[in-house]
Amino acid sequence: MTVAEIATLSAPAEKVRSRLAGTAFGSRVEIRDLDLPTLEVSPADWPGLARHLRDDPQSGFDLFLDLAGVDNLKRRGTTTRFEAVVHLLALSRTEHLRVKVLLPDAESPKLPSVADIWPAANWFEREAYDLFGFDFPGHPNLRRLLCHDAFVGHALRKDYAPGQRWFCAEEDMRMPAWAMQPEEAGHFETQTLSVGPSHPATHGIIHLVARLDAEKIIRAETQIGYLHRCFEKMSETHTWNQVIPFTDRLNYVSAMINGVGFVRVVEKMLGVEIPDRGVLVRTILSEFSRIMDHCVCIGANLVDIGALTNFWYLYQPREGIYGLLEACCGARLTVSYVRVGGLAIDVPDDFVARCQALLESIPKFLDDVDRLVTNNRIVRNRLQGTGVVSREQAIAWGMTGPMLRSSGVPYDVRRAHPYDFYDRFDWDVPVAQDGDNFARYLVRMEEMRQSLKIIRQALEIFPEKGPVNSSDWHVTLPPKDAVYHDMESLIYHFKLIMEGIRVPAGERYEWIEGANGELGFYAISTGGGGPYRLKVRPPCFPNMAAFEKIIVGGTISDAIATLGMLNIIAGELDR
Amino acid sequence: MFGKAQPLPNYDPKSDTGGVADFLTTRLETMVSWARSNSLWPLPFATACCGIEFMSVVSSHYDLSRFGAEVVRFSPRQADLLIVAGTITDKLAPVLRRVYDQMPEPKWVISMGVCASSGGFYRAYHVTQGIDEIIPVDVYVPGCPPTPEELMYGIFALQKKIRSGEKSRDSRSARAAGATAGVTAAPPGQPERVS
Repeated sequence: MTVAEIATLSAPAEKVRSRLAGTAFGSRVEIRDLDLPTLEVSPADWPGLARHLRDDPQSGFDLFLDLAGVDNLKRRGTTTRFEAVVHLLALSRTEHLRVKVLLPDAESPKLPSVADIWPAANWFEREAYDLFGFDFPGHPNLRRLLCHDAFVGHALRKDYAPGQRWFCAEEDMRMPAWAMQPEEAGHFETQTLSVGPSHPATHGIIHLVARLDAEKIIRAETQIGYLHRCFEKMSETHTWNQVIPFTDRLNYVSAMINGVGFVRVVEKMLGVEIPDRGVLVRTILSEFSRIMDHCVCIGANLVDIGALTNFWYLYQPREGIYGLLEACCGARLTVSYVRVGGLAIDVPDDFVARCQALLESIPKFLDDVDRLVTNNRIVRNRLQGTGVVSREQAIAWGMTGPMLRSSGVPYDVRRAHPYDFYDRFDWDVPVAQDGDNFARYLVRMEEMRQSLKIIRQALEIFPEKGPVNSSDWHVTLPPKDAVYHDMESLIYHFKLIMEGIRVPAGERYEWIEGANGELGFYAISTGGGGPYRLKVRPPCFPNMAAFEKIIVGGTISDAIATLGMLNIIAGELDR
Repeated sequence: MFGKAQPLPNYDPKSDTGGVADFLTTRLETMVSWARSNSLWPLPFATACCGIEFMSVVSSHYDLSRFGAEVVRFSPRQADLLIVAGTITDKLAPVLRRVYDQMPEPKWVISMGVCASSGGFYRAYHVTQGIDEIIPVDVYVPGCPPTPEELMYGIFALQKKIRSGEKSRDSRSARAAGATAGVTAAPPGQPERVS
């Protein structure tokens, strides 16, 4: 139904409808009442609607979260083959909205670019161009982003074979066109500097091309995709539970959080509830993972700016947390500990004691680093006033997490949309106003302390005994003992392993606070044992997209300090 | 290789001024490969999760420097051991080849983790199915990611190979070494797998 027609809608969808009803789009935009209010729009109306959604004071959807292409080739009940699914966030009300741009032309899908409305859309559109072949007229730089330049076809289309590779030679590696043109600056010629892809400061594999006027960067472009491991295509060829190991390898520095984020989508689609003990284990290990993530971010950045000792200090708590994770599930880094409906196995008997020991040891390391670094003259000179991102810029570039909070926006998913037990705990959202690298450092240091606070409270209400898994055997595996002695359990086990969990057809976007910001998963199920389409909203992707704009005007050494504080994780960035 | 000196038959203790002289009998190749095996300068080509575990290996807890392989160099010109830690995609493959070509000889390669060894569970459109499509590999270390102990065991295996005088898998350096030593290089067989 169109927005102009009256119908019974849920409260959030009704609000969206009433806001749009009086406008020019009222009769041209369809509204659907899914997990999020969903607008359906034609490509011609999309830029107008986008501008309205951003500028209308009642709507105010100022943060562009995600753009997911969808190929409906093998999906029933859809009108067009391709659609572009956009997720938006209104920061003032922390309200999410989904807009689907239906692309009627199956041969050459085309929709106008909105990169001038939300600069954050720039890279998301390039990604959709690369993986789906969507054309975005008006896009400033529509080149492949993730796949290499010798790639043929569009990999996430349903008629593209998952294993079809294309050979890439060194001649195929392209520089941006502007980098090949000489440019004068006053009397001197500028020089173009290429940092990476293999460079110690690129934290993973990133290629930065910068044009320098003496020491000042006057133009820059980053090239990514060197670790594009086809996460989304792989998840389409696996069952829901088999996707979990792939999610671990998105942000491998805090693998637990990704798994929790992913299974939440599936659990919401299934409508399955997890026992408190299972939820709390997830919370505790997620918060420990957040500490690990921030430790590596700060430690590695300090190495880049020449303070090696702190890296060893910050790595020691990681080893302690690794020990805890290893005791729980047997793996240190890529844990694969969560399952849809609970956890792989229960925690060991000494779980609480181990957590308590870590809670006692970690603050000492943080205090040591605090004393060594926070008032260190060199660190302050390198970090203060470099890589500045204003509040408006951070929102326009789609930043979330510590990056957004250090620019003065107190948006934390754990506070804005409390999931699990986060509304029961007493903790603060650290916010800094300066928006420079030092603010990011301070926010991360404080977040580690707040995480410790959350863990302490979670341990207080942690039930000593009890199940960690849902007892719905359509979702979780029955106990091994029952499988061996009971025909029905054996059948459940067999069906779950061989076919996967039957998730009802539909779509859902669920988001949690990852270590880098809002980590969202948009899943489409057609009722099969695995996802039809799974799109992850990687929090560091918009941060990295903004990098080439942040560093302009500074020096290369400032750019290195900024890159470290963005905390890009290649696995999550390139997927 | 090392020995303790025995007193000579006509040894005169009065003329001994400073203890018993130690001596060493060896072949030059053995001496050189012993020295090489304990002074590996690794270049971590760290792309993904394995890179984080590599950081653990060189950090204080596992401390790779106990085994003479901790002088991490990010310039291929200064390294003789390439540790490929993480997934190599088709987009990155030419870069890896270039980095490898820039390393001086003799050089060795450790493939850390299943992604580098075989593509791992990424049987996908953008992932190189094992770096031995591009460069020769001396030691494969399985695991996703390998634990620090596993990587250290892989480095020990490489040190053992070097000490035993086995040539690097790098075909050009093997040929070059064979030409100067006046012997022909052994035909390349299956490289050693560590488990």
